[in-house]
Amino acid sequence: MPSAADLAAIALTLKLAALTTLILLLLGTPLAWWLARTRSRWKGVAGALVALPIVLPPTVIGFYFLVTMGPDGPIGRLTQSLGLGLLPFTFAGLVVGSVVYSMPFVIQPLQNAFEAVGNEPLEAAATLRATPLDTFFSVVLPLARPGYLTAIVMGFAHTVGEFGVVLMIGGNIPDRTRVVSVQIYDHVEALEYTQAHWLAAGMVAFSFVVLLALYVLNPTGQRRARA
Amino acid sequence: MKLVAGLMAMLFAASAQAAEVQVAVAANFVGPMKMLAADFEKASGHKAVVTSGSTGKFYAQIRSGAPFDVLLAADDETPARLERDGAAVPGSRFSYAIGKLVLWSPKAGFVDGNGDVLRRGPFAHLALAAPKLAPYGAAAVQTLTRLGLLAALEPRFVQGESIGQTFGFVTSGNAELGFVALSQVYQDGKVKSGSAWIVPPHLHDPIRQDAVLLAGAKDNAAAAALLAYLKTDKAKAVIRAFGYDL
Repeated sequence: MPSAADLAAIALTLKLAALTTLILLLLGTPLAWWLARTRSRWKGVAGALVALPIVLPPTVIGFYFLVTMGPDGPIGRLTQSLGLGLLPFTFAGLVVGSVVYSMPFVIQPLQNAFEAVGNEPLEAAATLRATPLDTFFSVVLPLARPGYLTAIVMGFAHTVGEFGVVLMIGGNIPDRTRVVSVQIYDHVEALEYTQAHWLAAGMVAFSFVVLLALYVLNPTGQRRARA
Repeated sequence: MKLVAGLMAMLFAASAQAAEVQVAVAANFVGPMKMLAADFEKASGHKAVVTSGSTGKFYAQIRSGAPFDVLLAADDETPARLERDGAAVPGSRFSYAIGKLVLWSPKAGFVDGNGDVLRRGPFAHLALAAPKLAPYGAAAVQTLTRLGLLAALEPRFVQGESIGQTFGFVTSGNAELGFVALSQVYQDGKVKSGSAWIVPPHLHDPIRQDAVLLAGAKDNAAAAALLAYLKTDKAKAVIRAFGYDL
């Protein structure tokens, strides 16, 4: 059976994934909208930056977080001067790390969905004198719903599956930074294979069910999830 | 066909040299081991390939068939266990070093010579290696237990998965201080930088670090030569210079 520490790790992981997904939806919607609509020459640069966490090894992301969020790093100096202290070894630090790490998995489906909406519905809404904000909430959002579903599922699941970044900036603190993937790693290293199996098999089942739900509920989302 | 034959010839040529030893080294000993390996290669003509990590991880990997020839562990328990499991050559075990634990900070004057900084507590994070996985972490917990400070300081623990990662937490300044291996901060008979308290040996069980020849390498000449080399006075002098007892 999973121990109390395992259950705490599960709860912490779900909390981290939920918060990360929420923040990414709030920040990602305007950014994805801009990426979908802009003709700026910066579009390529911004798109590449958003996609960067897909190709970078988590060790690179974790390493630079550790250095830049540390007491001598630019982010570390900023958070200290704001009276927030340092981010490594804190839950807030994990949230920041996860937002970066999972960013492409939320923004790219949203961007694809916004691009698929096209100009016609917006022009039609404009002729009916809808304000841009009204158009966005009444026209764009309903049309982009499959994209949102994909973004939520992929953002959440990808954060649950995060390991390298957390290992490097987390410090393995119960209830604050010890997430499921780290707990599994500890079990394996300590040869507690029974406990490792409980959590690892749970992760496999969870991930499968989540992806299955996505593909069944949202057949058009499949292409975007793969993109 | 010619290409395949050529590739095969290259492969066999590489394996025919064969005087190579794959060494799994506990993270605390990787600094000295790199120096020792260079010297060993010069003296013997064999090649030593060094991989560092936590002793617990190496145990699991070796039990799963990892291709290591020699393990230099951070404890004496793991080599003994491997021997009981039949994964190591019986009678090949010996202590190559006795580790010293140090409380260290990169800031000068932060850690005093008696470790009183632990009681005063002007820090948010105390780094140590995961006690379940790394002997230096277990020694740190024993030390805090004997000082009666475990309960007070546990909420401020940050754990590295090996002593190497723990050292990284402290050098980067993210944890103000931490329990690391003396070998990581010691050179030429003194602590290189920052401030340190070398934990007195009576506060924890001795960190006896054993080496062992692994079962798959019982006929590997390079592996036997490396173990013999570690017992020479020359090697021992290097090991002592990094702050280990012997």
